[in-house]
Amino acid sequence: MRVALFVPCYVDQFYPKAAIATLELLEKLGCEVHYPKNQTCCGQPMANSGYEHLTGGCNNLFVDNFAGYDYIVCPSGSCTLHIKEHLHADGKEEQATEIRKKVYELTEFLVDILRVKQLSASFPYRVGLHQSCHGLRGLRIAQMSELVAEPFSKPAQLLDMVNGLELVPLSRQDDCCGFGGTFCVVEEAVSAKMGKDRVADHVSHGAQYITSADLSCLMHLEGILRRQNSDVKVIHVAEILNHSMQ
Amino acid sequence: MSTTTTKDHPHLAADFNRDEPRVNWHDETLWWVRAKRDIAAHKLPEWELLRETASQIKFNVLSNLSTYLEQFEANATKNGIIVHWAADAAEHNQIVHSLLEQRGITKMVKSKSMLTEECHLNDYLKDHGIDVIDSDLGERIVQLANEPPSHIVLPCIHKKKEEIGDIFHEHLGSAKGESDPKILTETARQHLREVFLTRRAALTGVNFAVAETGEFVICTNEGNADMGAHLAEIHIASMGIEKLIPERKHLGVFLRLLTRSATGQPITTYSSHFSKPQDGSEIHIIIVDNGRSIQLGREEFRNSLKCIRCGACMNTCPVYRKSGGHSYHTAVAGPIGSILAPNLDMKKYADLPFASTLCGSCSNVCPVKIDIHDQLYKWRQVIVKEGYSPKAKTMAMKAMALTLASPTLYRMGGKTGRLVFKYAPFAVNNKLNPWYNQREMPKAPDESFGEWYAKRKGAKNS
Repeated sequence: MRVALFVPCYVDQFYPKAAIATLELLEKLGCEVHYPKNQTCCGQPMANSGYEHLTGGCNNLFVDNFAGYDYIVCPSGSCTLHIKEHLHADGKEEQATEIRKKVYELTEFLVDILRVKQLSASFPYRVGLHQSCHGLRGLRIAQMSELVAEPFSKPAQLLDMVNGLELVPLSRQDDCCGFGGTFCVVEEAVSAKMGKDRVADHVSHGAQYITSADLSCLMHLEGILRRQNSDVKVIHVAEILNHSMQ
Repeated sequence: MSTTTTKDHPHLAADFNRDEPRVNWHDETLWWVRAKRDIAAHKLPEWELLRETASQIKFNVLSNLSTYLEQFEANATKNGIIVHWAADAAEHNQIVHSLLEQRGITKMVKSKSMLTEECHLNDYLKDHGIDVIDSDLGERIVQLANEPPSHIVLPCIHKKKEEIGDIFHEHLGSAKGESDPKILTETARQHLREVFLTRRAALTGVNFAVAETGEFVICTNEGNADMGAHLAEIHIASMGIEKLIPERKHLGVFLRLLTRSATGQPITTYSSHFSKPQDGSEIHIIIVDNGRSIQLGREEFRNSLKCIRCGACMNTCPVYRKSGGHSYHTAVAGPIGSILAPNLDMKKYADLPFASTLCGSCSNVCPVKIDIHDQLYKWRQVIVKEGYSPKAKTMAMKAMALTLASPTLYRMGGKTGRLVFKYAPFAVNNKLNPWYNQREMPKAPDESFGEWYAKRKGAKNS
């Protein structure tokens, strides 16, 4: 199984550990992982700001990098969703369509494609799971609280396989953290308030770590935790699933 | 940015956020309503089927709107209701005014109608010497406070009971410092009773107009629409062209969805059907377009006209909860208002589609399944293309697009950025950077994943 690793720009530059954990985890689980080296960004920062018409360059580059693989796996729900919904490229539409079908967020890939039933990871901490909106409502990696349907959560299903890990309950299980891409600076007041409230929910339930399948949310929450001099840390779900794995 | 009218959502939201305990209170109050909605929805195993059915019925209505409008007009006329058509807000207001003027009426009682808020009817009538009293309790409170409603279902949800006590003390003569909701409600009841008994004209909104029968339905929890309409000699009902449903039996779907979505109640306390005037009185209905047919013609935004004004998207919206209804500076606030308003005035409301994180919760609570968050995304593209985005933002986006389209520029930019973070943190950790105001910047690692991978690959190959 030839899997291309899609590492979003901000993960590449600021959170390489999460990308390394993703790579190692996929290799341990038997995937032949390739990292197309000329990849940059999915184009979401421009598109969500209303400049989708400027994403042609990014889209072309993405198609050039990622065409031809069996699967494309990404440790970010948000970037995965953007590719799935918005990747189009002039003259390469067939390849773009293939990519849109083959791109997976890491936890959905582990659950739906690799069908992971057990992990030898251990992480003996109390962990709060932040269900990112794009992962949750966009990719449906978990059930959203608004819908009348059976609850499920692919990240939680995987975290339950980790020895010693205790998932803490939250008062508002899937409220948005307020990151929202450029929203975090354009609407700074509301964004920061939303982030503070998300952090408070995790902290008040005794979380030692906040994890998520989306580092963008974690980057936002980390910024708030560090400003508060909190002991609570953020960690990408891949780092937990890869932790102490044999 | 000195006056309220020139401020956009980010600035108005920042003003609202200066009082954090108040934001917490606002947020928790609305979350409580959303939680009630969840409980009510989960009690019905057929909830999702109801939503889908409602969405499809409205789709049919929007696809055949002219047919249903003509059918409604014919049947309403047959029932003795007088039908008027208004192309825009100005025409609507003129029709209301002329109906009152012809009868020498200078005082009117009005039950809640977001359409009249959209048309600024109260201001118009006031300028023409007509006194209007809003009879919905929440509406009356904001009217006395000289403010617009901040929520379409809960118009004064932003006011605490102590503040309402102060307003009632000033305007209705209740005791100073009185904040007991029961006593305040009784004060309002006495005040409104006199209004209901003496007003010759009553205006109401319309929740559902039934094409098949020519009747219309008004939903209130206070019975105030009925009180006004039954006692007045002329009942004027204002409705947007999209309020139609084809048949009476469809009410079963919408009445079950409306209040569960709005407040978590199984059904509205009063769902009043008006089909013909009583002897000696008149019913007039004004069917208003005011931009709706333009929205109908915008294929990507057409679904927004399915809205039944339940307010569920506001209650669930984390941005609305933490920024307050007034920050949207339009009659219909929140996510649904943000996709309706740019149709009316794209320049004035260019900020609203950006007042969202695109979290998608609004689309999932919507009882008629409007793709609200997708429309917010689409409006952003339209607004930028029409030139209503700041020039600096456009330049920044162009530079970003150029950098991210080139692996070389991207790597150089990334490396430079990390060096700046590490060795010149003051360049980013300053007040010019909105991120840094309440958050620390991420720590810059020594190497990117790409750099690590190149080394690892090298090591593996050697």
